[in-house]
Amino acid sequence: MSTKSKSIKNKTDFNQDERLKKVSKLRLLLNRPELGALGGAILVFIFFGIVAGDTGMFSAYGVLNFLDVSANLGIIAIAAAMLMIGGEFDLSIGSMIGFAGICIAIPAIYWGWPLWMSIIFAFSMAVLVGYFNGILVVRTGLPSFIVTLAMLFILRGVTLALTRLITGRTQVPGLRVLIEDDPLAWIFATDTFKVVFTWLGSMNLIALRTDGTPLATGIPPSVIWFIFLAIISTWILMKTRYGNWIFASGGDKNGANNVGVPVGRVKIGLFIGTAVAATIFATIQVLDAGSADTMRGTLKELEAIAAAVVGGCLLTGGYGSAIGAAFGALIFGTVSMGIFYTDVDTDWFKVFLGAMMLIAVIFNNYIRRKVTESK
Amino acid sequence: MSDYLIEFNNISKFFGKVIALKDVTMRLKKGEIMCLLGDNGAGKSTLIKTLAGVHKPDEGVIIVEGKKTIFDSPKDALDMGIATVYQDLALVSLMSVTRNFFMGREPMKGPPFFKIFDIDKANKIAAERMGQIGIDVRDPSQAVGTMSGGERQCLAISRAIYFGAKVLVLDEPTSALGVHQASVVLKYIVKAASQGLAVILITHNVHHAYPVGNSFTVLNRGKSLGTYAKSDISREKLLSMMAGGEELNKLEVELKEMDRLSKS
Repeated sequence: MSTKSKSIKNKTDFNQDERLKKVSKLRLLLNRPELGALGGAILVFIFFGIVAGDTGMFSAYGVLNFLDVSANLGIIAIAAAMLMIGGEFDLSIGSMIGFAGICIAIPAIYWGWPLWMSIIFAFSMAVLVGYFNGILVVRTGLPSFIVTLAMLFILRGVTLALTRLITGRTQVPGLRVLIEDDPLAWIFATDTFKVVFTWLGSMNLIALRTDGTPLATGIPPSVIWFIFLAIISTWILMKTRYGNWIFASGGDKNGANNVGVPVGRVKIGLFIGTAVAATIFATIQVLDAGSADTMRGTLKELEAIAAAVVGGCLLTGGYGSAIGAAFGALIFGTVSMGIFYTDVDTDWFKVFLGAMMLIAVIFNNYIRRKVTESK
Repeated sequence: MSDYLIEFNNISKFFGKVIALKDVTMRLKKGEIMCLLGDNGAGKSTLIKTLAGVHKPDEGVIIVEGKKTIFDSPKDALDMGIATVYQDLALVSLMSVTRNFFMGREPMKGPPFFKIFDIDKANKIAAERMGQIGIDVRDPSQAVGTMSGGERQCLAISRAIYFGAKVLVLDEPTSALGVHQASVVLKYIVKAASQGLAVILITHNVHHAYPVGNSFTVLNRGKSLGTYAKSDISREKLLSMMAGGEELNKLEVELKEMDRLSKS
C-alpha cells in the first residue's frame, strides 16, 4: 500500500517538474501523428457544412452513405498504416480484394460449399498470401515495394485466369440468396441499430420511402468493422508489447533486432494483417453486391496508402497511428461522396486526393523534424 | 574459482584463410575497465562479435565466473550477463525514451492473455534510471531523437545495466562525440565500473581510454600486443603501439624523400 502511494507521489512530482514548459499540452498534441488528419477532417466537414449543408448530405441517409465509403477504405487503410509503421508497404491489397472475392464466390456457387465455409476459406487464403508476402520480404531483404508489386500482378492474374477457367466469365453473381440463415455471413452483411432507425422514421425525424420505411435502414456492417478495427489497432499500438515492437521494427530494424525484438515475426504478422483486412473489405462488398468481380479492389492499395499518409504515417516507417489512418479515410470518403452534393464536377476529386496527399506529406515531414529535433 | 569475472583465453577466429584473431587473451575482474585499443582492421570488430556471441571462436575458451562457456547466440551471451552496446546503440530516434529503454523487454501487467505494456511503470523506471546518471529527461515520452549523442550513449549503457549486465562491452562509445559529451560518457563508464561491473571499452582514441582504463590491451593485425596495467605503460607508448609508431616514422621519412625529389 505504501509503495503504491509513493509511486503516485513520484508521478505527480514528475509531472510538476518546473522545467516542463507550460505549453507542453499543446506540444503534446502537436506530437501526435494523427493531428493533421484530425484537422483536415474538421476542415472538410466545415467546408461541406457551408457548401452543401442544405442538400441532404447531412441527412441520416447522406451521412451513412459517406460513412460507408469512408469505412470501407478505412478498413484497409488502418491495416496499411500498421504495416507502414512497421516499415513496409503492401501494394497487393487491391489484388487481394479481388482474389478474396473470388475465393468466396466460386466455392459457394460452383462447388456447392456453404457460404460460411467459403468465407473461412477466403480468410485462410488471406493468411497464406500475407504470410508469403511477409516471409519473402523478411527472408530476401528486398524492398517490400517490389515484392508486393510483383504480388499485385500475380494475384490479379491468378484471380482472372482461375475465374475464367472455372466459370468462363469474369464475374460470379448469385450470392445474395445464400446469405440468409448462414451462420457466418451476417457478421459481414447486417445493418445494425435497425430498431433505432425505424423508430426515428416513425417519429418522422429521418426521411422515409413512399412505403413508410426509413430511407436509411441501419448502420452498415462496414462502419462497425471500421470502428472495431480502429479501436483494436490503436490499442495494439499504444498499449501492448507488440505495438512497441511494430514501432521498433519500422524505426530501426537492426537496432530492434539487437535488443531482441523478433522483427521478422512482427513484419510477417503485419503483412497477414493487410491481407486479412483486404478480405474483410472484399467479404463485405461481395455480400453487399451479391456478386464477385475479378477487377474488384483495383487501385485500392494506393488509396489505402494515401489515407495512411494523410493520417500521419511516415513512408520510412516507425511513426504514425491507426486512428490517423481512420481520419484519413474519413476525409477521402467524405469528399468523394460530398462532391456530388456540390456544383463541383466530380472529375476534380482525384485532383483533391493528390493535393491532399502532398500537403500531408509536407506537413508530416515538418512534424518529424520537430519531434526529433536536437536540443 | 578464479577471481576473474570473465576470461577470454587464447581466442582465435578464422574466416576461411583469413586469420581475424590469433591467441587473444583478456581477463577482467569486477570493477575493472579494460580498454581494447587498435587501429582499423586490427580485429576489434571480430573480437566484439566474439564477445557478444555473434561469432563462435575457433580456438580458445571463454570462462564466465569460473565456468567454461560457449555462446551459441547473442542471446546466450546476454543471458550470461555480457551486454554489448554497439555503435548504432540500438535506439530508435522516433520512439520515446521509455519505449526505447524497454524495447523488446517491456514490463507487462494485467491477467494472462490480456497482458498490456505497463507504460506508467516503464516511464517511472526510465526517468529514475536516467536521473541516477545525471541526465534529466524532463519527459520520458519525448523522442530519443531530441537527445544529444552523449545522452543517447548513456541511455544505451543504462539500459544494458538495468537488464542485468555484469560485463559491459562498449564499442567506440565516444567516437562520434565532442569533448564535453565524451567526458560525460566516460564519467558514467567509471561510475558503472565502481558499482562492480567489468567494462571492456573498445576505442581507437587513447586520449579517451587512458584516463579511465585500469588496463590496456592493444590489438594489431589480429594479434594481441599484450595487456598492460596503467602503471606499466605511458600514454605515448600506447599511442605509438596502436598506431604502429614505426609505420608513422617510416611515412615521415618517405614524405621527406618525396619532398626532396620534387624539389630537385
